[in-house]
Amino acid sequence: MLTVATGNKAVASAVKQACPSVVAAYPITPQTEIVEQIAEYVTSGELKSQYIAVESEHSAMAACIGASVTGVRTFTATSSHGLHYMHEMVNWAAGARLPIVMANVNRALGPGWNIWAEHTDAFQERDTGWLQVYVASVQEAYDATLMAFRIAEHESVLLPVMVNMDGFLLSHSMQPLQNVDIGDFIPPIHLPHAIDTSHPAGYGTLTGPEDYFRLRWDMERSMRDSVAVIRETQEDFAKRFGRKYDFVEEYRCDDADVVVIAMGTLGKEAEVAVDLLRKEGLKAGSMRIRWFRPFPHLDLSGRDVVVIDRDYSFGFGGVIARSLAATERVTPFSVIAGLGGQEVTYDDIAGFVRDRRPGEELWFGVNGNV
Amino acid sequence: MTEIPKDEYIFKCTSACAGCSDSLALRYVLKAAGPETVLVIPACCTSVIQGAYPNTAMNVPVYNVAFAAAAACASGMSAAFRAAGKKTHVIVYAGDGGTVDIGIQALSGAFERGTDFLYICYDNEAYGNTGMQRSGATPAGAKTTTTPAGKEENKKDLDAIVAAHNPPYMATACAAYPKDLFSKVQKALSLRGPKFIHVLAPCPPGWRYSSEMSVEMGKLAVRSGMWILYEREFGKVTISGPSKAAMIKPVPLEEYLAPQGRFKGISKEAIAQLKSQAERNAGRLKKEADGIC
Amino acid sequence: MAMFEVRIHSRGGQGGVTAARLLALAAIRDGKYAVAFPFYGAERRGAPVVSYVRIDDHPIRVYSQIRNPDLILVLDPSVMDVVDVLQGMKPEGRVLLNGSEPRDMKGFPTLAVDLTGIALREQLVVAGNPILNTPVLGALAKMGIITLDSAKAAIREMFSDERNITAAETAYKELTV
Repeated sequence: MLTVATGNKAVASAVKQACPSVVAAYPITPQTEIVEQIAEYVTSGELKSQYIAVESEHSAMAACIGASVTGVRTFTATSSHGLHYMHEMVNWAAGARLPIVMANVNRALGPGWNIWAEHTDAFQERDTGWLQVYVASVQEAYDATLMAFRIAEHESVLLPVMVNMDGFLLSHSMQPLQNVDIGDFIPPIHLPHAIDTSHPAGYGTLTGPEDYFRLRWDMERSMRDSVAVIRETQEDFAKRFGRKYDFVEEYRCDDADVVVIAMGTLGKEAEVAVDLLRKEGLKAGSMRIRWFRPFPHLDLSGRDVVVIDRDYSFGFGGVIARSLAATERVTPFSVIAGLGGQEVTYDDIAGFVRDRRPGEELWFGVNGNV
Repeated sequence: MTEIPKDEYIFKCTSACAGCSDSLALRYVLKAAGPETVLVIPACCTSVIQGAYPNTAMNVPVYNVAFAAAAACASGMSAAFRAAGKKTHVIVYAGDGGTVDIGIQALSGAFERGTDFLYICYDNEAYGNTGMQRSGATPAGAKTTTTPAGKEENKKDLDAIVAAHNPPYMATACAAYPKDLFSKVQKALSLRGPKFIHVLAPCPPGWRYSSEMSVEMGKLAVRSGMWILYEREFGKVTISGPSKAAMIKPVPLEEYLAPQGRFKGISKEAIAQLKSQAERNAGRLKKEADGIC
Repeated sequence: MAMFEVRIHSRGGQGGVTAARLLALAAIRDGKYAVAFPFYGAERRGAPVVSYVRIDDHPIRVYSQIRNPDLILVLDPSVMDVVDVLQGMKPEGRVLLNGSEPRDMKGFPTLAVDLTGIALREQLVVAGNPILNTPVLGALAKMGIITLDSAKAAIREMFSDERNITAAETAYKELTV
């Protein structure tokens, strides 16, 4: 049924559909509404899960790990400082090949205290072995959460998946939400290495370099194999429920001379900027990167590229701009914008594109507006 | 007295040090728990003792997890087993560093939430796996690699902290008294909720005594009153047999300290500090056992 | 219809966020696209707050705050002492005030309806605060922004107490457009 929901409620609603056996979570702004809603579902009996109200995010992920290794479906949600407090266990979950699904509501890191949207929190987890998807609407938050379970639990993936959405801009934005009856879209979980007392085994024991290396390669192989699984899952989702998703959402790119690239809600706002620029006669297009790990291939040849990073890697640059410079051999105009929830409008984005200076980096609102 | 089963869950090929009471205690823990058990082990000596991938010296599943995470991991595992209708025992087997220091938040959280599991802290009174640095469980006067002149502070009163969570069952034990340990593990596992056993685990390389003396060191700890064996069932304290005897006629503390290199050259003040802490513990437990508190 | 943008001024705890949500839901029940989003600062109960609603015939891709509203809705006129509620108003913009009399809002067409009075008469009071966000839907329906049927449907989806419907109907009747 079509209703109105916040991004947080949409995620909780998808989790209810996926019905994890164990949810372990700790509150943090702006994610709290997810865990509150799940706790309510569990209390009312709408969701038959064990809800563990842990005392920290480190313990939230540790509890998910302990539950997941028994072979059951698990979920948690966090944000920003919470994500970083659990960082050690975020690595552990991926290395242990546990298909945990986590919603991360992107928020800036302190100090100073800032509760608004930024992608640096999750980008700093990029090398942990988690798959990461970034959404740009409440509906997409719901859809991506459902797909996350199927992708994570697929036998050729068995890696955890992080669903990211912009703090407040999505987590607290009320938008139309079409709930679906998922039927058998997510098959029952089968973890081949689940703990079995009739076949005792050691998990995560001391491992020498040769075996360790092989296990790391195995993670990367699964990360690469996940591409086909993501594609197949998104196609099946479109077939069943009518909503199409890709690794990158392209908008008016076919004949574009200049492409603006962004993630999350800025990727949607960029579409409006593209319409504006097209009216002015500039052949602009936009690409919204949805899957950040595995990192996608973008067709940028022969085009001017403007990248908006709502993140920063100090001493290096905007993470997406620098990544694309390396993977696609382009020389983007790198715009750092939206940090700590900075307001960025479609007019601003159109301005970035009009006044693009390939190879340069602009800190929006700091070293000169364009 | 229940017969201790002949079944073994630790194979003879562990990589433990000679005279290791951690593995001695674990042997009896697992005999009491039986095969329907999963061990959760944070970074500690047991991480190494169980052997290296792809082998294991354990005949029950062992889940190794990060240092601070054992009790939380066990929370998730216990919830998952309950969700699946399984009665599998979830036992954390953690060292003192992973319990009284880095793991205490997760421990406190799991006990407060009423997690159905057994947490066993085997206490060799220092970070053994990294070569004997001081922990919160190191007693006053003991030399470690980070307290070369002997630790100034008292051993952290872990049991009082756990007791403050009002678990249905908690006990102390010692590897030198395997039957006592065995029956305490059995009793703990017969109850629902969070259970706790604190096992003193004398450590030959860490305490610097010769490796054939581990059992004797454990007995001296109990007989001198430095380690008191007791149970606390739903708040009711019962002093265990060996400690009852020790309370009537203790051996001098010096007999316990003398064989240990870590106490070599210990000052009179530090000995007095140890004695006063031991007496305070004994006095408090006796009062509780007698119902005066 | 071009995108219609509403900015709601209230104080923390007065239900401005819920009003935005109800309006968006009613617009969706009218078959339109709508989003509602509060501006979250570090405000606590009683501080002036704003919420936004966008309504359109097409999917909405704009996430930035509303700078040039078509309609300003003031649930608590006392915020006008500290906030310039008319900031960025479109030339053809309108104002709806909670109050018994319209006031001069720099010449912008301004309507007023006593939502507080309606709430008190219906005894719609929670924790000492009169509920303004359900009667206001009736006023917005009268202004033609949503239909009265959808206003009622939205209220019923979020609240079971039928006095909310009565209050909305009363506001619909009392507002002169």
